[in-house]
Amino acid sequence: MALDIVRISATTSPAPGVRVQPTVTKLVDTSTCIGCKACEVACQEWNDLPPEPTVQSGTYQTLPATTANFWNLIKFNEHEEEGSALQWLMRKDQCMHCAEPGCLVACPAPGAIVQYANGIVDFQQDQCIGCGYCITGCPFDVPKFNSGTRRVYKCTLCVDRVSVGLQPACVKACPTSCLQFGAKEDMLEVANTRVEQLKANGFAQAAVYDPQGVGGTSVITVLIHGDRPELYGLPRDPHIPAAVRLWKGPLKWLGNAAMIGGLAAAVVHFVRFGRKQHGSAGASAPADADGGPPA
Amino acid sequence: MTSSRRVVRYDFRERMVHGFAAVSYVYLLLTGLAFWTPWLFWVAIALGGGYVSRMLHPWVGLVFAAAVSAMYLQWRRDMRTTPEDRAWRQAMAHYVRNEDSKVPPAGRFNYGQKTLFWVMFLGGLALLLSGLVMWFVASVPDGLHAIRSAATVVHAVASLMTIGGFIVHIYMGVAVVPGGLTAIVHGEVTEEWARAHHPLWKVESEK
Repeated sequence: MALDIVRISATTSPAPGVRVQPTVTKLVDTSTCIGCKACEVACQEWNDLPPEPTVQSGTYQTLPATTANFWNLIKFNEHEEEGSALQWLMRKDQCMHCAEPGCLVACPAPGAIVQYANGIVDFQQDQCIGCGYCITGCPFDVPKFNSGTRRVYKCTLCVDRVSVGLQPACVKACPTSCLQFGAKEDMLEVANTRVEQLKANGFAQAAVYDPQGVGGTSVITVLIHGDRPELYGLPRDPHIPAAVRLWKGPLKWLGNAAMIGGLAAAVVHFVRFGRKQHGSAGASAPADADGGPPA
Repeated sequence: MTSSRRVVRYDFRERMVHGFAAVSYVYLLLTGLAFWTPWLFWVAIALGGGYVSRMLHPWVGLVFAAAVSAMYLQWRRDMRTTPEDRAWRQAMAHYVRNEDSKVPPAGRFNYGQKTLFWVMFLGGLALLLSGLVMWFVASVPDGLHAIRSAATVVHAVASLMTIGGFIVHIYMGVAVVPGGLTAIVHGEVTEEWARAHHPLWKVESEK
């Protein structure tokens, strides 16, 4: 599958992509995740990422959060449901690959963030200027700043593997098939079937997390507590922050109009009223030398 | 002729402070506009690339903040609004139309210059505070995400405010008021110029 680019950050021209390609999707079924972290290891290995010192914070979680060198983190949450046993809620924290990516909208560096026709959102670090606007634009707190390179990193959805017909490294490594990969339609079908199974088994609130506020995502998650994604550390209704949309939308056009209007007003004023006359005769010598008042 | 006698309008210290503010502001404006719109990203490339522009922008911002602080210390008394300013403000339309005989006398700085000073001072303060958040955005916890986006909007709005002031300032100083540019560069004006543009300043200084 050749990679066709359908969206580019900070571009003044249309993206070149014309091929129609199915959206790919990674399905995360949290109900079958056993917390083995094979996906974390596979991610580090495939992407040749340097080892990240782990942090013991009283849970099985490898690190408190993803980092610039650690793009895929299984988050553990011990949840006590009223009148039921302790539940261990695990969730795969990584880039969600939004259909409407806030990072790409916010990015000011041409070509630093691209979206491929298959839905993968990818950072091109060589074009990244390290401003961190993507960090502000992302509703999932995914992009992570590397203070050594002063650029931002995140999950690529193994675009290098997917583009040659392989599944992402984490999916390949998953021993329980809690991770699956394929066309979005197919993954939604699998996810919905699984939700029905869960509901039949007493998990009435099970649901698929595919937030429409960001146009849907290319990483969808089956949640037992689908009514409370916060329990897993997922935002209930993620959107590109309103401030970012204001800044990249109305404020930008208002600002551009005001700046161009200001320059135009200066030209009009100069043609209509020109220089102030009095005092010119006595202006200091260099001012006289630069032309003096117009006739 | 006494009218061509030179008087010092800005001493060396004042001109240096203004110079630092001017050069740093222009750099911030150019690189900032490059990050504002892809149509002007070429400016960042011309200034050494987007990466370098982004790396230097906050440091130059600190230079600008220092210059504006020094400017505040040296000019804050001169920039207080006086009763004469209210009369001047009411006659501003005449000033804009270059009907200066109908404009009440101004002191060392006229009301328009004072307005610019406060726009730049307050705008600069907002830019500094929001800019610090944007500089260290990766250190702002996700729980405070609203601060990240608020800082971005404040930075943009404050920039636009100062750009409005900047356009008027450069246009007035370079194109409209003869001698304005040389005064801030070389520091001297003639007595006649001072009487014409800032009559009350002369009166005050003659006391």
